[in-house]
Amino acid sequence: MTAQTPTLTAEPLDTYTLNMGPQHPSTHGVLRLVLTLRGEKLVHVDPVIGYGHRGHEKMAENRTYAQFLPNTSRQDYLSGVIYNNAWCEAVEKLAGIAVPERALVARVILAEFNRLASHLMWIGAYLLDLGGWTPQLYTWDDREAILFLLESVTGSRLTYCTGRFGGLSRDLDADFPARARVVLKKLKDRWQEYEDLVEGNVIFVQRTRGVGIFTKEQCQSYGVTGSSLRAAGVAYDVRKVEPYGAYPRFQFDIPTRPESDAFARYWVRVQEMKQSVRIIEQALEQLPDGPILTERGLGSKKRLKLPVGTQYYAVEAARGAYGILLVSEGGTEPYRAKFRVPSYANLAVMQDVMPGYMVADLVGILGSIDVIIPEIDR
Amino acid sequence: MTLLTGLRDWIAGFLGEFLATWLLGAALIMTFLAFNVLFLVLAERKLAGHFQRRVGPMEVGPHGSLQSIADMIKLLGKQILTPVATDRFVYLLAPLLVFLPTLCVASLIPLTGAEAFANQPYGLLVIVALSGVTVLSIFMAGWSSNNKYAVLGGMRSVAQVIAYEIPVLLAALSVVMIAQTTNLRQIVEAQANTHWYVLYQPIAALLFFIGITAETNRAPFDIPEAESELVGGFHTEYSGMRFAMFFFAEYTNMLVLGALGATLFLGGWLGPWLPGPVWLLLKTYAVIFVLIWVRWTFPRLRFDQLMSFAWKLLIPVALLNLVITAILVHGVG
Repeated sequence: MTAQTPTLTAEPLDTYTLNMGPQHPSTHGVLRLVLTLRGEKLVHVDPVIGYGHRGHEKMAENRTYAQFLPNTSRQDYLSGVIYNNAWCEAVEKLAGIAVPERALVARVILAEFNRLASHLMWIGAYLLDLGGWTPQLYTWDDREAILFLLESVTGSRLTYCTGRFGGLSRDLDADFPARARVVLKKLKDRWQEYEDLVEGNVIFVQRTRGVGIFTKEQCQSYGVTGSSLRAAGVAYDVRKVEPYGAYPRFQFDIPTRPESDAFARYWVRVQEMKQSVRIIEQALEQLPDGPILTERGLGSKKRLKLPVGTQYYAVEAARGAYGILLVSEGGTEPYRAKFRVPSYANLAVMQDVMPGYMVADLVGILGSIDVIIPEIDR
Repeated sequence: MTLLTGLRDWIAGFLGEFLATWLLGAALIMTFLAFNVLFLVLAERKLAGHFQRRVGPMEVGPHGSLQSIADMIKLLGKQILTPVATDRFVYLLAPLLVFLPTLCVASLIPLTGAEAFANQPYGLLVIVALSGVTVLSIFMAGWSSNNKYAVLGGMRSVAQVIAYEIPVLLAALSVVMIAQTTNLRQIVEAQANTHWYVLYQPIAALLFFIGITAETNRAPFDIPEAESELVGGFHTEYSGMRFAMFFFAEYTNMLVLGALGATLFLGGWLGPWLPGPVWLLLKTYAVIFVLIWVRWTFPRLRFDQLMSFAWKLLIPVALLNLVITAILVHGVG
């Protein structure tokens, strides 16, 4: 992933360079793709990243653990709760802070709702990439219901910051389970419609079947995770492989598919949404009573000094494995915080996959991988 | 109609009979087409809104009915940009040329049995020939913009329109075989004696519909301006009224091809109670409604799939349909 444009002199005469992005309707943010094309066929794809670099990792070194909390949900703005929780859990693990049972389960509920919202948004955006305008409005309608639900707990719609060291800053309301069940029912009623109108659509199937295939070996060498890896037939999900939080208590499956094409990635995501609904239903049943936070103000500068040590903590975010490497030298601020974001590896595999496809497929493949550029740039 | 005749006679007093008819007809058609575009844009946005669980434009005028006029004023007020690297002459010419063919075609559609602006014996052939010219100005626009997205859009457009004109022509030919004429007025009159040709030629009607969807560059065949791939396609570099010209041409093309479809397959101006032109308009808008409906339902095909769909499926089916029609017409009639 070099930032160099192929020079004009090195270019053979039968190909040309097309600079796609950083302002392009379907690069999903400020991603720039330098394409070498022969006619409409891709010869070479060179993703250029870093337009949205904000220095999150450096920021982490200059802030206390609590002050960095809001940054986390601004890395992947579509699954902020999951990132927020991950930071809290990493710090809790290193500091040895106990978390109440209710908070553990509540975190799972919020995270799974966030995953649903993220996947719903992806389905809409992906079909928009393929030229279908209408599905977006329907999936966003479902997503809206989830956002209202999350807003009622966290107070924000996109960049959530409810996690605290030792629990959550706000408790779930008494009527939260009832409202959540209404939303889940609405979602379940829509599955059939999506299946009929999207999976049953000849054009959609033609556009996605056999498009953008990468092998298990490519996934391994680039570190592809998440739905894209599961669509390649590898049942890897951090929630199952290295269970964290309250996940070991819940029954759920890891949907996989062997084809590894764009259709398989779509299918896996839809199945994952069904599994998320399953997890939430169980979590709502098992939601224990009790405090939501061990102690208020635990993260304040005076009190939170982490012991010397190194901690790696991984969670399954909506796009794949998200990892935090936290190095503490005993101060109030981390010595180093390194984030392993799923989209980076998922995008990197693209330059191996793309050549040979057409420009229209580029949009279809890029969309199917579901990259979030701000988390790559961080 | 007496008012129009009077007006024509008055102009004929100082310009001559021929020129007066010509000018008045052109002015009438232009006015109608302009209003039609305003209406169609609004209709499309409203319908799209309702397909998508929205309400569509609501702010300007009652129920958003003046939205098109607001849009038009906005487009008029926009700065017209000409990028430095363009081929200036062609770049400026393309938006002017783009709706000329459609305008000519519009004048050839028979409105009623008695009144028609032009009653050509080879009307259908002229229409097919003229509508093929539209693609030229689209390619001119794409090429002269000197933008890679625009060139790609222009090239896609040429390939697509050429491919899809063939099934349209073959479908129209099977109607000609039954009606035994290429005069559009006589084709409609022939349908008065029997049934509408959509009943005799359902396959041809379907092929024709698919063909005009592609010719008007509408989803699922909107690849020349595929927004998620080519930004704006051939009109990427056009702004303000120049962009509006392409927009105007696209919607006019929809109307004209819809009217042609209504004439060939749905009995043109025929219908009880209402006057002929009203029936023709109703049928045309019914065709356009389906076009809009399809656009907001389907995703886009890929370019190679689009081409193989035309060459490997539509054209063989159209040819087969033509042969069967020929056998039936000559065997039975």
